[in-house]
Amino acid sequence: MGEALEGNLELKEIQRLEGHSDRVWSIAWNPVAGASGVPAMLASCSGDKTVRVWRESGRDWDCVAVLDEQHTRTVRSCAWSPCGKLLATASFDATAAIWEHAGGDFDCVSTLEGHENEVKSISWNASGSLLATCSRDKSVWIWEVLPGNEFECVSVLQGHTQDVKMVQWHPYLDILFSCSYDNTVKVWVEDIDSDDWHCVQTLGESNNGHSSTVWALSFNSAGDEMVTCSDDLTSKIWRSESQKQQVGDGYAPWKHLCTLTGYHDRTIFSVHWSRDGIIASGAADDAIRLFVENKDGQVDGPSSPSYKLLLKKEKAHDMDVNSVQWSSKETRLLASASDDGAIKIWKLESIS
Amino acid sequence: MVTGLINANPIVYERKERRVRSTPSAADVDEYAVEPIDQLEVFDHIRDIKDPEHPHSLEELKVITEDAIEVDDKQSHVRVMFTPTVEHCSMATVIGLCLRVKLMRSLPSRYKVDVKVAPGTHATEAAVNKQLNDKERVAAALENPNLVEMVEQCLAPTFE
Repeated sequence: MGEALEGNLELKEIQRLEGHSDRVWSIAWNPVAGASGVPAMLASCSGDKTVRVWRESGRDWDCVAVLDEQHTRTVRSCAWSPCGKLLATASFDATAAIWEHAGGDFDCVSTLEGHENEVKSISWNASGSLLATCSRDKSVWIWEVLPGNEFECVSVLQGHTQDVKMVQWHPYLDILFSCSYDNTVKVWVEDIDSDDWHCVQTLGESNNGHSSTVWALSFNSAGDEMVTCSDDLTSKIWRSESQKQQVGDGYAPWKHLCTLTGYHDRTIFSVHWSRDGIIASGAADDAIRLFVENKDGQVDGPSSPSYKLLLKKEKAHDMDVNSVQWSSKETRLLASASDDGAIKIWKLESIS
Repeated sequence: MVTGLINANPIVYERKERRVRSTPSAADVDEYAVEPIDQLEVFDHIRDIKDPEHPHSLEELKVITEDAIEVDDKQSHVRVMFTPTVEHCSMATVIGLCLRVKLMRSLPSRYKVDVKVAPGTHATEAAVNKQLNDKERVAAALENPNLVEMVEQCLAPTFE
C-alpha cells in the first residue's frame, strides 16, 4: 500500500442503484468494461428472480437490461466470463444459465442442469475454459466450456458433508476452492494422469479454520494469499507458496496466517480483496469493513504479516450487506448489495 | 409426511390474560413520540401462532413465553427462545420458521431477529439453530410451496 492510504479516509457513497424488488444477493463487475472508454458495467441478482445489468452513463448509472424470463426462483449469484461477453447465473431453481451479451442484448444461450436443488454459486476459471457450480445437494460440479456455447460436466465432486455456499477458482491456476455450511474450505485439483479432480486439502477448525458456516472467499492479486469469512464472525487469512504450484512442483498447502476478529457483530457474508491490497468485508450487521496489511510493528517477525482495520462504515445499508466487490479496473471503487434491495457504489477517498 | 403425531397428548396451559400496555397518564405526553418496541409487543405478535400438529397456540403449549423473548430496541435486536413440546420434535424447524416469518412481517425491517431453541430442550439443538439462522436456507425454504402452505396455516388467525 502506498502513502496515499495514510491519513483520514472515507468511503463515500457515489451511487445508489434501485430497481430490484427483493434482496440483492450478489453483484459482479464486468472485467473488461470500465477502462479505455468502455463504460463500467455491473450485474446484480436478487430474490426477485431477476438479474439486472447496470451501465455507467456519465455521472449516472442506467439499468440497461432486466433478465427475468429464465430463472423461476431466487438468483443467488452471477459471474462474468474473463472476456466479459458471457454472464453466468446460479439459481435456487437448481439450474445455472449462461447469457451472451451481443448487440446490446442478453440472450440465454445455455442452461446447466444436474444439481438436485438450489445452486448457490458459479465461477469461471482464469482462462474461461472451465466453470464450477455448487449446491445445497453438497456437490461441486466442474463444467468444460465447449465450442458453440455447449457446456459439459466433467466432474462431480463429493466431499462436503453439507450445503456448499461458494465456489471460486484461483486467480490464475486451475485450482478450485469451495466453502460450506460444514464449516470447511476444500481445495480441488485435477490429477493429470487420470483427468479426475480430487480434494487435496480441507481447511477446518482443527487447522485454525472456521467454527461455523464459511460464506465466501477471495484471493489477493498475487494469488498467494486468500481471505475467508464466516458465520463465526471472523475473517481468516491463509497463505500458500503458490509459485511451487505454478511450476507443477507438487501441491503447496494453504496455512492459516491470521484471524480478523471483533470487527463484525453478525454473520460475515462477503469478502473481497482489491487489486491494490485492500480487503473489504460486508456483514449482517449492515456494516462494511476495510482491512490492509499491517507493515509496522510486526511482533511476529517479517515472515508473518498481520492485517489491521483501515476503515469501518457503519450503516452502509439499511439491512444486511450480502456482497462487496471491488472494481477490477478503477481502483478504490467498491460496489455493495443488500437485503434492503439497493446496490451502492462507493469511492474510497482521502479526506483533505 | 409424518405418520402419527410426534406428541399425541401435549399439555395445554391457560392463556395469559391480555395485559393492556401501560400508557403514561400525564396529559403533556407527546403522542407522536416513537414508542419503543418491548417484550410484550413481540410476544403479542407470536403468541397466537398455531402449533403445526395441534389446534393449540404456541402460548397454550408453552412453546413460547414472554420471558423467553429478549428485545433491545436501541440496537434493533430481538431474540426468541422457543421450547419444543418434546425433545425429538421434528416440527421444531417448522415452528422456528413460523416465528421467523411472523416477526419478519410484524417488525420494522431494521430489526435483526434470532430464533433459537431453548438450551437443552431439543435433541438436535445446534443443527436446528444453525438452519433457522442461516438466511439463505430460510429464503430457500420460503420458496418451497409445501412449507409455505404449512407456515401460512400456522399463522392464519383463529376465530373463536
